[in-house]
Parts: sequence; structure tokens; C-alpha cells
Amino acid sequence: MTAYDLEPGDGVHPGKPVTVDRYTVGARINHWITAISLVLLAISGLALFTPSLYFLTALFGGGQWTRAIHPWIGVVLFVSFSILFIRFWRANLWKGEDNIWLTRVRDVLLGHEERLPELGKYNAGQKFVFWGMSLLILVLIATGLVAWDQYFFRFTSIETKRIAIIVHSLAAVGIICVWIIHVYAAIWVKGTMGAMTKGRVTGGWAWRHHRKWLRELVASRRSNAGTPRTPAE
Amino acid sequence: MLKPAPNPPVAPVPAKFGDQDLLRKSASTIKPPAERQTEVAKLIDVSKCIGCKACQAACLEWNNLHEEIGTFNGSYTNPPDLTPASFTLMRFTEWVNPETDNLEWLIRKDGCMHCEDPGCLKACPAPGAIVQYTNGIVDFVHDNCIGCGYCVRGCPFNIPRISKVDNKAYKCTLCSDRVAVGQWPACAKACPTQAIAFGTKEDMKKHAAERVTDLKSRGYKNAGLYDPPGVSGTHVMYVLQHADKPSIYAGLPDNPRISPIVEAWKGVTKYVGMGVMGFAAVAGVFHYLIAGANKVTPEDEASAEKLTRGEKP
Ligand code: HEM
Ligand code: SF4
Ligand code: SF4
Repeated sequence: MTAYDLEPGDGVHPGKPVTVDRYTVGARINHWITAISLVLLAISGLALFTPSLYFLTALFGGGQWTRAIHPWIGVVLFVSFSILFIRFWRANLWKGEDNIWLTRVRDVLLGHEERLPELGKYNAGQKFVFWGMSLLILVLIATGLVAWDQYFFRFTSIETKRIAIIVHSLAAVGIICVWIIHVYAAIWVKGTMGAMTKGRVTGGWAWRHHRKWLRELVASRRSNAGTPRTPAE
Repeated sequence: MLKPAPNPPVAPVPAKFGDQDLLRKSASTIKPPAERQTEVAKLIDVSKCIGCKACQAACLEWNNLHEEIGTFNGSYTNPPDLTPASFTLMRFTEWVNPETDNLEWLIRKDGCMHCEDPGCLKACPAPGAIVQYTNGIVDFVHDNCIGCGYCVRGCPFNIPRISKVDNKAYKCTLCSDRVAVGQWPACAKACPTQAIAFGTKEDMKKHAAERVTDLKSRGYKNAGLYDPPGVSGTHVMYVLQHADKPSIYAGLPDNPRISPIVEAWKGVTKYVGMGVMGFAAVAGVFHYLIAGANKVTPEDEASAEKLTRGEKP
């Protein structure tokens, strides 16, 4: 039995430095399609959100194009994120150490990781980003479909559409904030970007931030050594 | 009595109002001119309407609109609803007056009310797609319209319609092009009973007051003018036989106002939203400046190497 947070493709390679496989090519492509759609949605949405950002419609070929294309990018985001969700949900299940992590969020922010419990593939902050995105994307697709007059105008009343658009814009503000946290964390914690560009991190990075996960990887490597390779079960 | 509608001028005349006379412009902050033009209004006297639909035909003709041939659905109301090509629509209601037990045929000419506080304009995200002139006319500028349908959500009267052909919003213009050269709107000009009148808002209110007195003398004790204060008054007004119950006239709102949801969406949501997103970004920058980058140390790498070699790190 593998630990809840070991995903297909995760692996460790001894050396100097140790390298750790964190994301497969598939997972990375999946992630970047999701990321690009989210950014395009944020830009096209914000252009309609406030007149001070209306100029951003120029990036999409004008207001009519921005209005027309935004919901389609939303569909891409929804499909792409759904696949990402299937890949990542297990490793994002909430665990006991996540509660401890949360109570010591001060140490997290100050970078005192030695005072934190050993963590699996994701820490509570990453799990918050994952579940936050999941929930908000559900809200955004639901309210977005109600707002998509071109195809769905006749299915809802105008009052429902009013509620949908205000909830949509509030959820958009929410997801953009979650996105800012997500991107900031990747910039702040050095060595993280490689996970999503090259698919690899160094052993030191895994040791520092996700020690439990690294130990599990090393253990599963050792138990597999010598025995014929079987699919992980 | 009202004067008859004026005939068109023979020689070209300069437009009486234009871009210099804007009171409001969607998604833009503008400085309205110091002096406001005399407010105009159309007065629709429901009690005088005979349901001939000359106004509906005149509107199609003047605006060069082509309504599709529809199907009969059991009512004189035809088409059954406003469309991008029907800026105005006669709505027929058969109402039994509970006091007299008489059947009353209420015929209301539906269309844009040209609100003094227009919800469509408030909701519109496209700069200059909706404008309001200082004479009170609310007009859609189709070149700037992006077809988002926000005006549909903003309007308390359910008026704008989005065309499936060009994805732009359409509604009554109050014949701004005719009014600009001193003409009455096409519907008013065509009405054979002068149930539709046009003039300054003040004159129309005076005329309405005379009509209300007349109706009251004939037993319509609740006759009155519909100029709803919830949208700061309108530049299309009705004389109603039963002004205490506007909704019997095919759902004319009793107390129209811009929906509080629309007010919140276009007000507090924008400020709080921009504030929260800005705060998140600034907080990130400050955290980086104060806490510094979170770097992996050589000791971390050494520990990982020991771990993979099976030594105790
Ligand atoms: C998930 C699927 C989504 C769908 C189907 C969708 C659909 C829509 C639709 C139909 C509109 C109205 C304007 C238009 O027709 O283009 C809209 C507006 C908007 N969308 Fe989305 N959207 C989605 C996701 C997102 C996401 C992920 C964001 C933010 C990152 C976002 C941000 C916005 C914003 C800010 C507005 C403007 C709201 C306003 O004017 O107040 N949307 N969306
Ligand atoms: S459909 Fe056109 S007029 Fe209506 S709110 Fe959108 S841009 Fe403005
Ligand atoms: S009736 Fe509706 S469309 Fe006409 S001015 Fe008022 S809010 Fe705008």
C-alpha cells in the first residue's frame, strides 16, 4: 500500500544533489493549460469588472471578442481543472499535521520550518489553495453558465441572473486572491518553480518542505529495490 | 386640447442636442454641461388608447426594423414580447374590475421609460455604449456595445433586448434623431387619438393633470400619473385609470427601482473587490521584503543525500 500522498510518477534519485520527481509531463501540461486559462479569464473578466481596466479588452480584439471568448476559456479551465482535480485530490486530503501547521502559521511565514511537523506532498497552505480553487471554480462555472446569455438566456429569470453575476464577480475576486497566494508562494519558496517547469525538485527542497513525503519516497524505493517492478498498488 | 404633432422641416436644421449635452455616459466619468436642456417627455394616456397599433407600425417603419412573422398565441399582444426589432409593444390585458364587475381592456404601450436614473446605464461595462442626454433621453450607442446583456440585468422594466444577429442591445431611442430636429417621436406622430403626446416634461405633467381630473370626473377615482420616483421619474409617463395598481397593466412595476443587487454589484463589490485584490498583492511584496526568500540550505541537501544512502540524517 502506498501512502495517500504518493502520486504516480513521484520518485527519488540518489546523487549529488538528490533529485526528486514531483510532476509527470502530463501533470505539468495539465497544470499549465489550467494556469493560462485562469490568467486569461482573470484578465478578460476584470476588463468587464471595472471601467478602469476596460482597456484590457484590446488584448482579446475588443469588447465584443472579450465578452464572447471569456466563457469559452471558462469551459477550458473547468475541463482542465477537473482532470487536475482527479490527479491531485488524494494527496490534498486534510491530515492531523495540517492542523498543527495552521496553528503555527507564524513560523511558516517567518520561514522557521524546523518548528513545523514533517509534511506530506502538500502542506496545509497548498491544500487550502487546492480546495479553494476547486470550490471557487465550481461556483464560477455555475454562475458563469447562468450569465452566458448567448446560449442560456432563456433558462433563468433576470433576478437569478442578477444574483449570478454578483456571485460570479465575488468568486472571481476570491479566486484571484487565491491565485496571488499560490503564485507568491512559488516565488517565495525557492526551488519550487522547477517542480512545474522541469518536473523535478532537489532532495534538499523536499527535505526542507515535505520531509514526510521524501521519507515515503525513499522507503518505497528501498522496498521496491531488487524485486521486479510492479505497478504501485 | 393638444396641438397636433409638428410637420418635418423642409430645410435641413442643425441637431438640437449632441455629444456636448451628455448627462451620463456608461462606464465613464464625465462632467455634464453647466446648463441642462429642457427635459422632454412622452405621455402615454392609456385611457385614450384604442389598441390600433399605429405606433408599433410607425416605430418599425421609422427605425427600419423588420420583425419576423410570428405565430398567433391567443392574444392581441403581437409579437408576444419586446424583441431586438420591436422597441415598442402594445400589451393587452383583460381585467375584471372587482368593484364594478366590468371587463376592462387595458392596453399599455410598453417600451423604454427613459428613466432619470437609468439602471441599464449603471450596469453597462462598456464606455459610452449607453448615454443619457441632458434632456432626459437614454440612448444606446451600438458602436460601443459589446453585447454582454448587463443592461438587461440593470433595467427595472425589462426593456433591452440583445440581437442574435449582431450581438448588440436594442431598445426605444425616444426617436432621439427626430427629437433632435424638432419632431415628435414616430409613435406619437402616428397615434390617431393623441393617446401619445410629446413635449417638455413640465407640459406633459400639466396635460396629464387635466386628463386625470377628467378621468376622475368620470368615476375613475384612482386615475393618476405614472412617473415613478424610485427611478427619479421617467421621460416616458403613463396616465393610468387605476394608478393605484400599475401591475394590472401587464406587469408594469408598482415601485420600480434599480435592484439592490445591481446597486451592490456595481457599487460596493467593485471597491471592495479591487481593494482586496490590491491588498493581497501588496501583502505579498511586503512579506518578501520583510521575511526574505525561503531558501534551501546546503544542510538540507546533505540530509537528503544521507537519507537516500540509508544513513541517519
Ligand atoms: C469557469 C467558467 C466561467 C464561465 C462559464 C464564465 C462566464 C462568464 C460570463 C458569461 C460573464 C459575463 C460576461 C461575458 O459574457 O463574457 C463573466 C464575467 C466575468 N467573469 Fe467569468 N466565467 C468563468 C470563469 C471565470 C474565472 C475563473 C474568473 C476569474 C479569474 C472570471 C471572472 C469574471 C469576471 C471578473 C467577470 C466580470 C463580472 C462583472 O462584470 O462584474 N470568470 N464570466
Ligand atoms: S449589452 Fe451593450 S448596452 Fe447592454 S450593458 Fe452590455 S455593452 Fe452596455
Ligand atoms: S427603462 Fe430600462 S432601458 Fe429604458 S432607461 Fe430605464 S433602465 Fe434603461
